[in-house]
Amino acid sequence: MSKYFVRRLAMSVVTLWVIVTITFILMHSVPGNPFANENKNIPEVVYQNLLKKYGLDKPLSEQYLIYLKNIVRWDFGESMKSNTETVNEMIARGFPVSAQLGLQALLIALIIGPALGAIAALYQNRFPDYISMIVSIIGVSVPSFVMGTFLIQFVARNVDWLPIGGWGEWRHTILPSFALALMPLAQIARLMRSSMLEVLGQDYIKTAKSKGISRTAVILKHAVRNAILPVVSILGTTVSNLLVGSFVIEKIFGVPGLGMFFVNSIYNRDYTLIMGVTVFYAIILISMLFIVDIAYTLIDPRIRLTKEGR
Amino acid sequence: MSKKFIILTSLILVLAIIFTGCSSPSNEGKDPAGNNQTAGGKKILRSNNSSEPGSLDPALAQGTHESWILENVFEGLMTFDENGELVPGMAESYEISEDGLTYTFKIRDGVTWSNGDPVTAEDFEYTWKRALDPELAADYAHILYYIKGAQAYNSGEGSRDDVAVKALDEKTLEVTLEAPTAYFLELTAFYTYFPVNKNVVESNPDWAKDPETHVSNGPFKLVRWDHNAKIVLEKNESYYNADKIKLDGIELDIIEDQNTAWQKYEGGEYHILVDVPTSVVAQLKAQNDPQLNIGNQIGTYYYNVNPDVKPFNNAKVRQALSMAIDCETITENITQGGQIPAEGVVPYGLKDENGNEFRDGVGSLVEYDPDKAKQLFEEGLAEEGMTLEEFNSGQFVILYNTSESHKKIAQAVQEMWRTALGIEIGLENVEFQVKLDREKAGDYQISRGGWIGDYMDPMTILDLWWSESAFNDVKYNNEEYDKLIAESKATDDQNIRMENMRKAEKMIMEDMAVIPIYFYTQPYVVKENVSGITYVPVRYPMITYADIAE
Repeated sequence: MSKYFVRRLAMSVVTLWVIVTITFILMHSVPGNPFANENKNIPEVVYQNLLKKYGLDKPLSEQYLIYLKNIVRWDFGESMKSNTETVNEMIARGFPVSAQLGLQALLIALIIGPALGAIAALYQNRFPDYISMIVSIIGVSVPSFVMGTFLIQFVARNVDWLPIGGWGEWRHTILPSFALALMPLAQIARLMRSSMLEVLGQDYIKTAKSKGISRTAVILKHAVRNAILPVVSILGTTVSNLLVGSFVIEKIFGVPGLGMFFVNSIYNRDYTLIMGVTVFYAIILISMLFIVDIAYTLIDPRIRLTKEGR
Repeated sequence: MSKKFIILTSLILVLAIIFTGCSSPSNEGKDPAGNNQTAGGKKILRSNNSSEPGSLDPALAQGTHESWILENVFEGLMTFDENGELVPGMAESYEISEDGLTYTFKIRDGVTWSNGDPVTAEDFEYTWKRALDPELAADYAHILYYIKGAQAYNSGEGSRDDVAVKALDEKTLEVTLEAPTAYFLELTAFYTYFPVNKNVVESNPDWAKDPETHVSNGPFKLVRWDHNAKIVLEKNESYYNADKIKLDGIELDIIEDQNTAWQKYEGGEYHILVDVPTSVVAQLKAQNDPQLNIGNQIGTYYYNVNPDVKPFNNAKVRQALSMAIDCETITENITQGGQIPAEGVVPYGLKDENGNEFRDGVGSLVEYDPDKAKQLFEEGLAEEGMTLEEFNSGQFVILYNTSESHKKIAQAVQEMWRTALGIEIGLENVEFQVKLDREKAGDYQISRGGWIGDYMDPMTILDLWWSESAFNDVKYNNEEYDKLIAESKATDDQNIRMENMRKAEKMIMEDMAVIPIYFYTQPYVVKENVSGITYVPVRYPMITYADIAE
C-alpha cells in the first residue's frame, strides 16, 4: 500500500511540473501583455518601467527558473493587475468562498442525484421515471448562465429574503449553490439510473429476491451499493470542479470566489495569477483523483491495490 | 446502505473541508445586519462599482473602477463643485506666471488628513515625485509629464530633484511646466495628482491595502473593503467642506455582471447605477424614463484605416469609405445609448476660446452621401490602378475585438459599404490584446478604435495623431499637423491654440486618417428620490454631493 502511495505521489509531482511548464509556454506565446488596458494604451517609458518592476524584462528561460523556484516555496508572486493583493492572498481569499458554494452544491447533488436516479430506475418507463429524466435533461442541457439568470429573474426578484446577488450572508449562497448543483445533480441522476437498471437485471438481485429478503433491503444493500460505483468514479472531477468555483455562476451572482480568476486572469494576461490558479487547480484535481482511487478500492471488493490488501 | 459508503462519502466531504482551510468566508458573520445598522436614520448611497479596484493608492490607479472611489476619498489642488465647475480644492488660491509656466498654489488653511495630520505643500511635492518614480512604475505617470523634468525622471534619465515641483514652505507649492498648458489646473483634479500623506506612505508602504491604514483627505474615507464584494465609505467629518456633503456614507457592491447589477437597481437596492446594459438603456430611452440620464463622454468611436495597405493609402478611398457610412442609423438602431453620430474626431462637451462648443466652431466634417462616395471611390481606385474586382479579391477585413456591439456595428458598416460602393469586406474578431498587437505591427486593413479623453480640452483627442504619439495606430504622419499641435502645446493663448486645433481637426478629416463613427455617451440611471448627482464629462457621474429624500 505505501509503495503505491509513494509512486502515486511521485507521479503527481511530475504531472504538476508538466502542467506548469506547458502553461508557462502557452501563456507567453499568446499575444498581448498584462499592462494593456481597454481604450488606454500606455507610453513606452511607462511600459518599460512596468516590465522591470515585474521582472518581465528578463529572458524567458530565466523567468521560468525563477518561477519554478518560487512555486516550490509556495510563493505565486504579485498579481500584475492588483497592487493590493498577492496571488497567494487572492487564492486564500477566493478559495474558501468558492469551496463553500461548491460543498453546498455537492451536498445537494449527492442527496438528490442518486435518489432521483434510483427512483427512475425502479419505476422504469413510468411516471416518476419521466419526471426524474426531465429534470436531469434540463440539468444537463440548460447552461448555467441561463439557469443563473432565470433564478435571479424569477426567484430572487420575487422572494424577499433571497438576495439577487452579492456576498456576505448565508442567504447569498442559496441560489448560486442550486445553480451550481444542477449540472452534477443531473449527471449523477442519469448515471445512477442506467447503472441501477443494469444492476437490477443481474442474477444476484434475483437470487436475493428469491431468498425472500425484503424489497427495501434488496434495493439498498445490493442494488444501490453496486450501482453507486460509477457515480463515485466521476466524483473526483466533479468535486474539484465544484470546489474551485465556476466563472459563470460567480459572475452572475457577484460571488467573490476563485472561479472568476480563471477567466479574468487570462483575459488580463495577468501571468502570475494565471500560473497561480492553474497550479492550484491542478493540485486539487490531482488530489481528488487520488482520493477517488483509494475510495474505489474500499467500496469495490473486486479492486485490490496489492495482493495482501484486505 | 453500506456503512463503508457512508464513511467514504463523509471522508470526501471532510477532506474537502480540510482543503478549504477550515475557514468560512471571512466576511461572513462579521456584519450580518450591516445593511440594517447603517440604514437607521443615516443617508447611505448604494450603488455598484463594476470591477474590483486594483489599488486605492491614487498613484497606482488605472481607470474608472478605481477613480470613482478615489474621487470621493481624495481631493486634489483643484476639484469639481456641486455644479460641476472647477474650483480650488486643497488649494485656496493659485497664481500663474506671465509666461504661463509657473503655478504657485497656496494650500488652504486647516485642511487635514483623515488621521489628523495637516495637508502640506510637501505632501504634494512628495506625491508627484513618487508617482514619477520609475521603480513605482505607475501606469498613469505620463499624465504628470506636463511638469518640467517629469518625463526625464520617469524614463530613468533625469533625477528626482530635477522634477520642477517644490514646496516653498508648508503652505506654498510651486510647479514649473515644460510648456504652458491651458488645462493644467484641471489636471490637478485628476486622480494621479491627488495627494498622499508623506509620513504615512513612507512609514508603511502597504498603507493603501487596508482600510485600517488608508489615509485620505477627501469628503469621504474608506472604512471597509471586502475584495471583489464590497467597499464602504464614510463621511469624513474633518473635511473642510463637510457642510456641503449630505450623505453619511456610500456603499458600493463590486459586481461585474451588468445584468445582475441592473436587477439589483431595479429591485430597489441601489440609488444609482452607471454601467447599465445596452438593451436596458434602449428600452428606458424609448419609454422616456426619467431615471435615465445620458451624459456626453469625451470620447470617439472610429475605424482606423491602414494607410500602408493599397488602396487605403489613397485619401479619396478613405473619404469614400466614410461617406458611405450612415452614422445616424448606427446610433439610432444599433448602439441605442444616445450616442451622437460623429461630426469629426473631437466630441461635444469641449469649450473653445469664447466658451462656446468647440465642435460647433468647426462644424460637421463628416457627411453621408452614398452617390458621392461611389464616385470618389472609383476615382481613388483608378488613381491606384486598381479595379473593383481586384479590390474585392483582396480579402480585406474589418478587425474588431470580440464584443456583441462591435460586431453589430461592423456588420452594419460592411453592409453599407457593400450597398453604396459594391465592395466586399470581411469581418474578423479577435481578442482585445491580439487586436492591439496587430495594430502595432500594422497587420490590419481596417480596425475598430476608440479613445476616451483624460481632460477637457480638444488636445486630449487631437494629440493621438501627432506623429510620435504612442497611440497613433494609423501612424498618421503629417508635418503640417504636427506643427499645429506643437504650436498649440507651446502657448497658452487660447485664440491661437483653438484656431490651430480647429485647423488640425479639419486637416485630419480631410485626409480621413481615421473614420469617425460616433461620440461616446455615458448613460446612467438614478432613482427619483436622489438629487445632486453631477456629470462632468471626463469623470464618472459625481455622487459626492448627492442627497437622498426620504
